[in-house]
Amino acid sequence: MPEGSAIERNDTGYPIYLDYQATTPTDPRVVEAMLPYFTERFGNPHSRNHRYGWEAEDAVETARAQVASIIGADPKEVIFTSGATESNNLALKGVAHFHRDKKRHIVTVVTEHKCVLDSCRYLEEEGFRVTYLPVQQNGLLDLDQLRAAIEDDTVIVSVMAVNNEIGVIQPLAEIGKICRERGTYFHTDAAQAVGKIPLDVNAMNIDLLSISGHKIYGPKGIGALYVRRKPRVRLQPLITGGGQERGLRSGTLPTPLCVGLGEACAIAEREMAGEAARLEALRARFYEQITARLPEVYLNGDTTHRIPGNLNLSFAYVEGEGLMMGIKGLSVSSGSACTSASLEPSYVLRALGVEEEMAHTSLRIGLGRYTTEAEVDAAVEQIAANVSKLRAMSPLWEMVQEGVDLRSIQWAAH
Amino acid sequence: MAYSDKVVDHYENPRNVGTLDKNSGDVGTGLVGAPACGDVMKLQIKVGAGGLIEDAKFKTFGCGSAIASSSLATEWIKGKTLDEAASIRNTEIAQHLSLPPVKIHCSVLAEDAIKAAVADYRAKQPKTSQAAE
Ligand SMILES: Cc1ncc(COP(=O)(O)O)c(C=O)c1O
Ligand code: FES
Repeated sequence: MPEGSAIERNDTGYPIYLDYQATTPTDPRVVEAMLPYFTERFGNPHSRNHRYGWEAEDAVETARAQVASIIGADPKEVIFTSGATESNNLALKGVAHFHRDKKRHIVTVVTEHKCVLDSCRYLEEEGFRVTYLPVQQNGLLDLDQLRAAIEDDTVIVSVMAVNNEIGVIQPLAEIGKICRERGTYFHTDAAQAVGKIPLDVNAMNIDLLSISGHKIYGPKGIGALYVRRKPRVRLQPLITGGGQERGLRSGTLPTPLCVGLGEACAIAEREMAGEAARLEALRARFYEQITARLPEVYLNGDTTHRIPGNLNLSFAYVEGEGLMMGIKGLSVSSGSACTSASLEPSYVLRALGVEEEMAHTSLRIGLGRYTTEAEVDAAVEQIAANVSKLRAMSPLWEMVQEGVDLRSIQWAAH
Repeated sequence: MAYSDKVVDHYENPRNVGTLDKNSGDVGTGLVGAPACGDVMKLQIKVGAGGLIEDAKFKTFGCGSAIASSSLATEWIKGKTLDEAASIRNTEIAQHLSLPPVKIHCSVLAEDAIKAAVADYRAKQPKTSQAAE
């Protein structure tokens, strides 16, 4: 277990936290590093005239170097933002707007985070054309389809590094190579990838890369965008003003948050290999136990190309929201939502071709830095007990046990 | 989502979970909803010689509110005539369970399930006995 992992949760009456893809607690070591910059070192990092400003500036530049280091970038190529949502908006809208006279086409993927898809929709309304590539059943992009989708006026290809629901890792180096050959920018939303898998913007030919603080045991409200300098990526800022961050993101930098993001990156870079191995073992333990206890449990997303801390499982014939209500001692996330409640089941699972009824039975289990074996065992126990109970009251489970093919029934979809 | 105490109670202690013999002449079966929509309810009634519902069972694939609505429905229809059972409105179920607006359709499903079970029972009865009812 990494140092500083003394976050107690089980004796507090709180549920066991297994939702590390939604957010992570700030590592106590990160909080420690941040604290002085709220109080005694409160200076404005852009004040050039006195010690308060210099200290804050030094801290921000150290943090920038720490962020750059984990992705193999130069510190000058890192811009602080408020989070991955802003980074994604800036990357897509910024690049598209700058090149709008010559290039009018964007390529992305249907399983992207909503903030990427929404930025694309926005650009479509401005007259850009967007190709939304499908994914294969394992959640991965088909590279031939990518090659075919790039046009002469494609300005940017945006493909997420790791998917937030199913944890699959896209073939970044291959995508980067294709984009470089075709002379289009490659942006990747790496919110779920930084600190989980090795990333190298040069080896992978990544031109823009989005980072989020709170997914990597850093604070909420801070993120970064990597913007390549050689060859230079040109983009138009979303927020203008004092010209900070090379004019790409005006506004006084939040020194404590920058320091926190930097420290979080430094810790992640140091501990990534060990942490990945530990989480891999925990995930295997979870998966082996749950599949030994329950039949008809299906893993969504590729089995090997995925981050160690994610399991997305469908518990056939048990509706996810109903299951969530039973597993009160666990904080997990469900890909299910009843269509009638006008909430769609996960668009990511549907994009994998997971049948709608199976999409309604899925749970996302996110393991992280503070997850223990005991928590995994307790989670397996609760899920297995509740799935068994709910299957005993599931008409679908009963029909399947009787040999009825559910597809042979005329359901009244509503 | 915060669930009402009554929904939690029915979810944790569902009444009348089970199955009656759907091929039996005195059993009516209603199966409503669709797996693709995330909710399927099966509700069955057993009708006694006096025309009263003497037993009711359900199985539900769905959210906690759907499970609670069907559990409550089976409780309510026991001992009732077919007409009484078929006149139960979803609004009564929703009100009793304090369902929020997004969960109203879970109670609609329960009303539909009762009606479907009653209709199935009636369809099974020989024409003569139906006329004699
Ligand atoms: C893949 C991905 N992209 C972007 C975001 C948004 O990040 P932030 O919360 O930092 O704006 C998230 C987090 O929800 C994410 O998982
Ligand atoms: S059955 Fe749709 S939300 Fe309850």
